[in-house]
Parts: sequence; structure tokens; C-alpha cells
Amino acid sequence: MSRKLRIATTSLAGCFGCHMSLLDIDERLLALLELVEFDRSPITDIKHCGPCDIGLIEGGICNAENVHVLREFRTHCKILIAIGSCAITGGLPAQRNHLDLASCLTEVYLTEPGLAHGHIPNDPELPLPLDKVHPLHEVVKIDYFIPGCPPSGDAIWKFLTDLIAGKTPELGHGLIKYD
Amino acid sequence: MSDTFQLDGKNVPFESGQTVMQAALAAGHYIPHLCYHPEFKPHGSCKLCTVKVGGRTAASCTMPAEAGLNVESNIEEMNGLRRTLVQMLFAEGNHFCPSCEKSGNCMLQALGYDLEVHTAGFRHLYPDRPLDASHPDILLDFNRCILCELCVRASSEVDGKNVFALSGRGIAKHLIVNAKSELLKDTDIALADKAMQVCPVGVILKKRVGFSVPIGERRYDQRPISAQALDDAPRLSDASSSCAACEGTP
Ligand code: SF4
Ligand code: SF4
Ligand code: FES
Repeated sequence: MSRKLRIATTSLAGCFGCHMSLLDIDERLLALLELVEFDRSPITDIKHCGPCDIGLIEGGICNAENVHVLREFRTHCKILIAIGSCAITGGLPAQRNHLDLASCLTEVYLTEPGLAHGHIPNDPELPLPLDKVHPLHEVVKIDYFIPGCPPSGDAIWKFLTDLIAGKTPELGHGLIKYD
Repeated sequence: MSDTFQLDGKNVPFESGQTVMQAALAAGHYIPHLCYHPEFKPHGSCKLCTVKVGGRTAASCTMPAEAGLNVESNIEEMNGLRRTLVQMLFAEGNHFCPSCEKSGNCMLQALGYDLEVHTAGFRHLYPDRPLDASHPDILLDFNRCILCELCVRASSEVDGKNVFALSGRGIAKHLIVNAKSELLKDTDIALADKAMQVCPVGVILKKRVGFSVPIGERRYDQRPISAQALDDAPRLSDASSSCAACEGTP
């Protein structure tokens, strides 16, 4: 039997909704596990992505750590897939892009009513935010995109099984969604 | 017997004065389009309807039908161009479909679905375009405007008003409201206006009806735009395919 494909997944500036949708393939997860094994992902709790066939990334790029993780995935994954609106367009976090970052932080942590004595978090452990939120393809080459907020379990299943079967993945009406 | 031309190898009958688009839709053949609206004079700006005729490209919504034309539309070369146009429209505005009231009823989105556009591909411009929420009943979200001028045409040609206009050139082109204050509340727009019904995307929105139809149950969730558009267009069998707007009668 041929070797199982190795898949890594992560969420950057996302909400884990796309990962929830991946779980929505329900009992087909068992069929998937016949074909693949997981590297870094919330399922395995491996912290760093090793050599993989497929990397699935949800969420855009909003801070310095996101950039490091994305580059690590690009280095180790033969095929990198952006999954969900945030990875593909920046999504909801990118709705701050036309605003100045400093004024965003000031309003959220200092001037918003009810936040007396607040301060802008500055713990050195916290990754530095970028001035703009970026879709993944603006930072590294992305091979495939699965749109949706989140894409349905059926869409993810169709896409991955097409890909694993060596076909160009196609979603078609009802599975391709931007919302 | 009327004259015919060829569209993707099929005979399409037409009446003199019809465009390639009008004849194709009337005969039940879909050509993708965005700024074309069956009730208005063609505008020819979005180029989604581009077809290949005799080795050259042309906008089918403005091209007069002629006997013997050989029109190619549903070919990968044209669909590839259309995909790029859709991608550019997405990257140029701020299209966050998951939080857009038009999602599921939006022509731009539905075209993206039909053309299997999975990403905008380009660097997103993320322009800064503040909303106009001044009017008590109507919200304007300029972030999604694709400059098709349908609202401009509807307001002047059908409503006999002049609420909207385009201003600026090139990438600086944008929709404006014709009032000294530039605010919608200072215009005579009314909910019953044609201009309220024609926006193909989510710019001109009625307030307080948001999400009355759930996401997933909307127009293009149910049927692809290629099927829906054929129902919307006047067909050969319709007694009268003319419309008030095209005749200039308000
Ligand atoms: S106008 Fe259409 S494409 Fe733009 S955000 Fe709304 S649904 Fe999406
Ligand atoms: S507001 Fe809508 S109808 Fe008017 S130009 Fe923009 S996209 Fe077209
Ligand atoms: S539909 Fe023909 S140019 Fe827009």
C-alpha cells in the first residue's frame, strides 16, 4: 500500500471556524484517515510543521508570528491551501485595514468608554501586530484556495478528495460560497 | 424567417436592432454579464460579456447582431478573461461577503461562483470608503460599488431624478450623491424608486430588513446565475420585449 499523505493544519488570524467545518465532514473523517495522517494540527498538538504533502491554513496574516508560521508551512508543505475567507481575503480582521493601527489600539484600549486605566498590551511575549492584515497569497505562494466563511464540510471533502485523487479540485454550484 | 448568427456553434435568430446579448438571452442562451440589464440601454463598461467574433474580442451587450457572425462565448479563453475581471473587481473594492446583506443575491458573487473563482489573486487595495447612513430608510455602502452606473441610469431615465453620478477618472472614479452636502438624506430618493432595485451588488440597501431571508436560501444560493439570468431576460415568446426605460418613457 502506498504511503499515507501527511497533512498539517493551522489557524492564523482566523476563528477556528474552518477547522470546525473540517470536523463537519463527520464520519468521512475515518475515510480521510485511511488516506492521510496529521502532522501539526489541533488534532495532534504537534507544535511545528514538519515535511508534509499538504498544508491547510485558515486565517489571514495579522501579526509577526503569523508570518513565521506561514513561512514554516510553505517551507515544509509541497501543496499549500488557503482555506476560508480570512486566509483568502483577510476577512473580518482586514476590516481594520483602512484605519490607522495606532488609533485602533488607542480606541480599543484607552479611549473607549468603560476602559478606565486600560493600557495597550505590551508584553514582550505578544507578537507584534502588522499595520495591515494580509491574505496569505500576499506573503507566500499559495497553490489552492477553498473559499467560504467557513466552507462547508462537503466543500472541504470534495476539494480534498479531488486533490488526493489527482484531479483539479472543482467545487461547483452549492459548494462554492464566499459567505 | 429571421436572420441568424452562430453562438458557440448554435444558431441564434435575431431581429434587426438587437444586440448579440439580447438575441442570445431571448433565445435561451446565457452570456455572462454584469452592467447589462434587460430594461436599460447597454452601458458596455464591465466587459464581463466579452465574446470572440472572427478572432477579435467584443462586448456582446453593445455589439449589434448580424447575420452570419461566428460568436464564441463559452470557451476557456473568454472565461479566463472573465475570471480575471471578476478578480480585479473583488481586489479593487472591499468585498467581505460574510458580512454583506447582498450575499446570495449578488451578481458579482454569483458570477464568481459560476466561473469557479476561488480567490481574487491580486493584492487587495482595501480602499477607504466611508458609508452614507444619513438617510432614514436607505444605507449606501460604497465599499462594494463596481461603477456599473445602473443606479445612475435608473434614477435619471426611469425615476426622472438625478440622485447618483460617477465622478473622477481611472482608479479614482467613484460614485457620488448629487446633493450639495453629498449626503443621501438631502436628495429626493424614495424607497419605491427604480434606483433602489437595480444595484447588482450590495451598495444601495434598504434599512431594517437585513437578513430577513437567511444566508443559504437566497436567489443565487438556489440556482446559478447562468440559469437565473435567462428567466430574468425578455424571451422570444414574450409578446413585447420592449421596455419603458429603453423607449425613454418614465
Ligand atoms: S457586494 Fe457581493 S461580492 Fe461584494 S461583499 Fe457583497 S455579496 Fe460579496
Ligand atoms: S451603486 Fe450599485 S448600481 Fe450604482 S454604480 Fe455602484 S454598483 Fe452600480
Ligand atoms: S455586460 Fe457587457 S460590458 Fe458589462
